[in-house]
Amino acid sequence: MSDENDQATQDDATPDKVTPDKTAQDKAALDKAAQGRAIQDKAAQGAGLPGSGAGGRPSDLERVGSHLEVVEVRHGMFGAHGSGDTSGYGGLVRPVALPGPSPRPYGSWFDRVVDVLTEVLRTGGVDPDAAIEKVVVDLHGADSAEAPQAELTLYVAREHVVPVCQALRDDQDLRFELSLGVSGVHYPHETGRELHAVYHLVSVTHGRRLRLEVTAPDEDPHIPSTTSVYPANDWHERETYDFFGIVFDDHPGLARIEMPDDWEGHPQRKDYPLGGIPVEYKGATIPPPDTRRVYS
Amino acid sequence: MTATAEHPAGSAGASGGPARATRPIDDETARAIRGFEAYGDGDWDEITREAIGEERIVVNMGPQHPSTHGVLRLMLEIDGETVTEARAGIGYLHTGIEKNMEFRTWTQGPTFCTRMDYVAPFFQEVAFCLATERLLGITDDVPERASVIRVLMMELNRISSHLIAIGTGGNEMGATTVMTIAFTAREEILRLFEAVTGLRMNHAYIRPGGVAVDVPEGFTDQAREALKKVRGYLKDLGDLMLANPIFKSRLTDVGVLNLAGCMALGVTGPVLRSTGLPYDVRKSAPYCGYETYDFDVPVSKNADSYDRVVLRLEECYQSLGIAEQAMSRLDASEGEPVMVADKKIAWPAQLAIGSDGQGNSLEHIRKIMGTSMESLIHHFKLVTEGFPVPAGQAWQTVEHPRGELGVHAVSDGGTRPYRAHFRDPSFNNLQAVSVMCEGGQVADVVVAVASLDPVLGGVDR
Repeated sequence: MSDENDQATQDDATPDKVTPDKTAQDKAALDKAAQGRAIQDKAAQGAGLPGSGAGGRPSDLERVGSHLEVVEVRHGMFGAHGSGDTSGYGGLVRPVALPGPSPRPYGSWFDRVVDVLTEVLRTGGVDPDAAIEKVVVDLHGADSAEAPQAELTLYVAREHVVPVCQALRDDQDLRFELSLGVSGVHYPHETGRELHAVYHLVSVTHGRRLRLEVTAPDEDPHIPSTTSVYPANDWHERETYDFFGIVFDDHPGLARIEMPDDWEGHPQRKDYPLGGIPVEYKGATIPPPDTRRVYS
Repeated sequence: MTATAEHPAGSAGASGGPARATRPIDDETARAIRGFEAYGDGDWDEITREAIGEERIVVNMGPQHPSTHGVLRLMLEIDGETVTEARAGIGYLHTGIEKNMEFRTWTQGPTFCTRMDYVAPFFQEVAFCLATERLLGITDDVPERASVIRVLMMELNRISSHLIAIGTGGNEMGATTVMTIAFTAREEILRLFEAVTGLRMNHAYIRPGGVAVDVPEGFTDQAREALKKVRGYLKDLGDLMLANPIFKSRLTDVGVLNLAGCMALGVTGPVLRSTGLPYDVRKSAPYCGYETYDFDVPVSKNADSYDRVVLRLEECYQSLGIAEQAMSRLDASEGEPVMVADKKIAWPAQLAIGSDGQGNSLEHIRKIMGTSMESLIHHFKLVTEGFPVPAGQAWQTVEHPRGELGVHAVSDGGTRPYRAHFRDPSFNNLQAVSVMCEGGQVADVVVAVASLDPVLGGVDR
């Protein structure tokens, strides 16, 4: 999946080079993607342009006017690298792009929550522009943000995650009093933002759900612990540390929770192999799952 | 906290002495120890004096203790019969299901996540499929009948899971009859699961876009018969337990956790509702059309283990009501599709019972093999390669019998989940063990843990 080639191309496609004024180009790319995998076009576009993920969601992206954020660029297919690729897909270049920031208005209660949070942070002496990196609205195929499947994600700078949580929990107009935990995601190709911690908050009072996403680079995998605000995150942060190696500073006891204490490595990271042995049946062998061909 | 006279573990008090497992060393014992001294320098004497004189005793309860619902390890620091500190140790059943799911297609996902909380497998399947459908943007395209079947399966599963909670909880207190009645009732429900999915557990029946196969002919009649019996067993359980003075004195005021504690520790489900807060995902963020069903969210006030048993029983009756409504909808929608119309997503299977068990129906195989080469290619690609899911992330929660189950699914645009994280309610709720057990008696630990109803398959994943 990852080789030096990928890494080199990734450098040309860092998120900040993707600007919102390329929306027209985006749409053209998306329309093509919607008609199937337009291999030639993708190859011609090159890796630097924001394409869509396979089977992209043009309708969603058009509606929220969002642009995409390239997190990885893949070449070829079937996981073949280095050797002769007889599949005919060797020239395929496919950028992996996640939904980028959404423009205002976000719709539904989303605007209000972001406004109130901005205000509360400013009152508390935190620069809201520095704290909230971007706001992403995922419509998930719905027509508007009013639909139950629409989701709001706030990307929060890691040094400000505790004051943001505090504001979200305590302000009477926000009142996200219940935290459902933390999960980690590892994007090895998103240079400088490899590790993501995702917090899932619920406001029982207002019946709202919100997601916070905090990133940390691989070289400095530190994020302040939110256990002082949400004690429920205690075990969830331990789990995220155990599986991803994200160190939650000021956690009361950041020990491994699922893996044995003396385990080496963090198993859910993408550079950690799944493992497994080939299974033999009547002379033929089936390779372990992580060495089988990949279609993505 | 409760009177110790009723239960066997508290019988230390019957011997006349104080009810404690250890007592400070008295002078007479100390002299006897000195008598065993092998060397004259007295070192060993000092060590034993320190060791025995210290009342701090740490007991490992589990991971193979029969009353810990599997491989839960409780580290208890006890002073006599009183628990001064309690910590839960987990991870003994960690099998890397989430990691494995990253190497299989989205359709193969339910096969893995159904094995997490094996007492309530349908909830993981539904949550994962709903999250996948969100990413695909087909939430509104899932056929009505598929949602009804999902609701029916989940509610039946809720009953069977609560029956396990009540039954094993009773068994752990020595009330074997509670266990046998509960398991007999659960057996009725497992037979229904077997009729629909072919399996009693690990079903992999709910698929992204719908369900694997429609319910068999005459299923609703079979289910109505079975649920009539289940209702009878539930009544028996209520009669046996709820007014029983021994049962009440064992459970009342044990394992108390108030609303503030539940909120701080993220505890949901019956434990949260026993504090009086009617928080239920089926009402607060409905999925699968729960907003169209008529049911109540039972709550109570005392926040103790007894109330949680009452709530679980009451929830079983509510689930029976929902199951009734779902079955009449099934009768009304006979023959309607149970999988999305989009052939790029719908798993191309028409299952039927053959001479060698359930599998693809001969007619379906004949059709795809014999009539259309393209259909065969399509079938092959969809099964081996899977369908691409647009890049993005989704969070979906469902009301699991033990609380709020959340799925965080991330796609990179490929045919396999980039990441699938499950927020299992048991995992989160076990954090409350310390608060619920400290200051109580050792025997109450069993009751408190049983009222949390953890399933370690879900905790460790």
